[in-house]
Amino acid sequence: MAVKNFILVCGGTACESSKANDIFNALKSEVEAQGVDKDVQIVKTGCFGFCEKGPIVKVLPEEAFYVEVTPEDAKEIISESIVKGRMVKRLLYVDDTDKKKEDDFDIENIKFYQKQVRIVLRNCGFIDPEKIEEYIARDGYAALEKVLFDMSPDDVINELKVSGLRGRGGAGFPTWMKWNFTKGVESDQKFIVCNADEGDPGAYMDRSTLEGDPHSVLEAMTIAGYTVGANKGVIYIRAEYPLAIKRLEIAIEQAREYGLLGEDILGSGFSFDFEIRLGAGAFVCGEETALLRSIEGNRGMPTPKPPFPAVEGLWGKPTVINNVETWANVPMIILKGGKWFNSIGTEKSSGTKVFALTGKINNSGLVEVPMGTTLREIVFDIGGGIKDGKKFKAVQTGGPSGGVLTNDFLDTPIDFDQLTAIGSMMGSGGMIVMDEDDCIIDVAKFYQEFCVEESCGKCAPCRIGTRKLYDILDKISKGKGTHKDLENLETIGNAMKKAALCGLGQTAPNPILSTLKYFKDEYLEHVDDKVCRAGKCKDLVRFEIDPEKCIGCTVCSRKCPVGCISGERKQPHSIDQSQCVKCGACYAACKFGAIKKS
Amino acid sequence: MAVDTAPQIEFSKELESFIEEWKPKPGNLIMVLHRVQEEFGYIPREAAIKVSQLLDTPLAKIYGVITFYHFFKLDKPGKYNIQVCMGTACYLKGGEDLINEMENLLGIGVNEVTDDGLFSIESVRCVGCCGLAPVMIVDGEVFGKVTKDELPEIIANYRKQG
Ligand SMILES: Cc1cc2nc3c(=O)[nH]c(=O)nc-3n(C[C@H](O)[C@H](O)[C@H](O)COP(=O)(O)O)c2cc1C
Ligand code: FES
Repeated sequence: MAVKNFILVCGGTACESSKANDIFNALKSEVEAQGVDKDVQIVKTGCFGFCEKGPIVKVLPEEAFYVEVTPEDAKEIISESIVKGRMVKRLLYVDDTDKKKEDDFDIENIKFYQKQVRIVLRNCGFIDPEKIEEYIARDGYAALEKVLFDMSPDDVINELKVSGLRGRGGAGFPTWMKWNFTKGVESDQKFIVCNADEGDPGAYMDRSTLEGDPHSVLEAMTIAGYTVGANKGVIYIRAEYPLAIKRLEIAIEQAREYGLLGEDILGSGFSFDFEIRLGAGAFVCGEETALLRSIEGNRGMPTPKPPFPAVEGLWGKPTVINNVETWANVPMIILKGGKWFNSIGTEKSSGTKVFALTGKINNSGLVEVPMGTTLREIVFDIGGGIKDGKKFKAVQTGGPSGGVLTNDFLDTPIDFDQLTAIGSMMGSGGMIVMDEDDCIIDVAKFYQEFCVEESCGKCAPCRIGTRKLYDILDKISKGKGTHKDLENLETIGNAMKKAALCGLGQTAPNPILSTLKYFKDEYLEHVDDKVCRAGKCKDLVRFEIDPEKCIGCTVCSRKCPVGCISGERKQPHSIDQSQCVKCGACYAACKFGAIKKS
Repeated sequence: MAVDTAPQIEFSKELESFIEEWKPKPGNLIMVLHRVQEEFGYIPREAAIKVSQLLDTPLAKIYGVITFYHFFKLDKPGKYNIQVCMGTACYLKGGEDLINEMENLLGIGVNEVTDDGLFSIESVRCVGCCGLAPVMIVDGEVFGKVTKDELPEIIANYRKQG
């Protein structure tokens, strides 16, 4: 008997951690218990992207989209959705603004997905990443076959050129050019490398792609091998991503069994194979030259360019190195053509971009949108706006190398060049939303601290510069900054941009320079008025109890970790300012709004 | 130092054959260190010496690599290593408060171990579950959207397991 229903359970890291595995097992035993195990196939897929509402379970063909599912819900999902053929209303996702939709649920109405276009994430949430058959059933490895039998290396390069694909690892360098350089160099050996180091804290696009669709990266790298004349691929991946590593290993194994890897692929005479190398928690190893030194087993210190890796890379051999997301685009470009890809996005940035939308946003998750989508569409339409009805303040893109986008740029179309023009950068795709409770100096300080820790120390401008910048920010956050300090931030930052050896040091001042430009008033408030309007800089905050509003419930004094709040029961309390550690526990605990933050 | 005498540490069969397999491959050191840390939870000095002999690599180079990468640990962590995420998303949603509270509750600082050897605290950068921020991982189990008030119970549960 044919299978009537498919149940897709999210098996991405975020959902797995919120018990997707238990849900999967509970569903399995329920279908048996209710005697429908022959009608249903339960599949563990990659990330659906809607991490805010995870774990997610989707039932096909009716496309019921269940959110925040628990193992206890399994029984009802099977008895209602499968046995009786009707949706479990209480688990269906409905946009908060649209409560009435509950009765005629339609997946098409979910705003989170409406403006998304899925090329990179085409298979994430649809297939079981641990089964190569499912990838193949969705045209997997068809691009490789086409390349091996119907295209010359020059045809491939030309298709990439027409597509306009640019590197998604941050810099946006045209992919066809890199491949072409390597192709043009004579060498007994060449390498294809995948950069899966994803060091930007707060970004997880590459992780989800590898977890949800590992074969797309393998296929693309093999295509590159054929194009430039390389037989060996190396995937450099963060050790912090055990699930992605496991799925890659399974994928490589299965591809070998199918003859899609190894010697004489599909009888074409072309051979290619892979090795996985683990990173070890150093941000600078995302930089391509440092990454290559790390694969070679050394401290991951960058080396000057030129020579570029395309000419002299791993073990001194010509090496193509691309980011996970860049790779994942390639098979689709080969199958659907460069023209098709170029028709999506903006003139100079074609295709889509995956962003990890996080921070103070209602719908945290992975979103893939055409280049040129505006920030407003991403934050308010897809992201559902700011949490708890707070006011939007800024979005940080490009992580520790990027900058902030303010209110004024909500309608700017987002692509490589627009972001650079306004002092931020695309980066790898982290998009962190801040609200009025976030202090811009505190955020800049956070990134600078990160850069201090991650600077490899090889060049002085970065090693000393990051430390100096951090110290100045720290001073400002303590209310001790001067106008001279603000000037110094710019002088030092601009010097680092010119003098640092690698991208880390050259871009480390960006979060500061960009916030100085767009939030100068906030810096000045810290310096001149010793005020932090967000109340984040502890030395500048003062908590006081309004005796008019305090009813003497004693909750605050019980919450205070240092016991600095005193007062009789049913009498107004007061805070001993000399003891207060400004933790804000009283502020959060008071139900009567009697505690004032200033 | 008596580096040429045989180091007093046993490697499991699997670890030894892993090293054997990787020995001929260039750039094997980091992969081998990962495997050693998987076995011991950190990289004991004796193990580093043994690796140096097995791979014929200077001990100085091994320590150069271990100290460069944040992932490698030189000290034994607690039985339950508590990793609090301090990536950007988690930081904005109060990751620092979690660390402070954890320090208060356990009476130890970051990278320290409780006297009974049960707990240690580590601050890590983005574990890739930013949608669940703030995130904390204890002994491989992920806790999402954690609040300060939940911490005592989480600790108590692990303490019960001993
Ligand atoms: C400090 C620093 C960190 C980087 N981190 C990453 C990273 O985590 N992932 C990545 O793909 N590229 C990263 N890059 C960019 C790489 O150096 C390189 O440009 C990229 O891997 C090229 O691939 P693409 O052309 O496909 O973008 C980083 C660059 C710098 C300077
Ligand atoms: S920032 Fe904490 S999981 Fe990404």
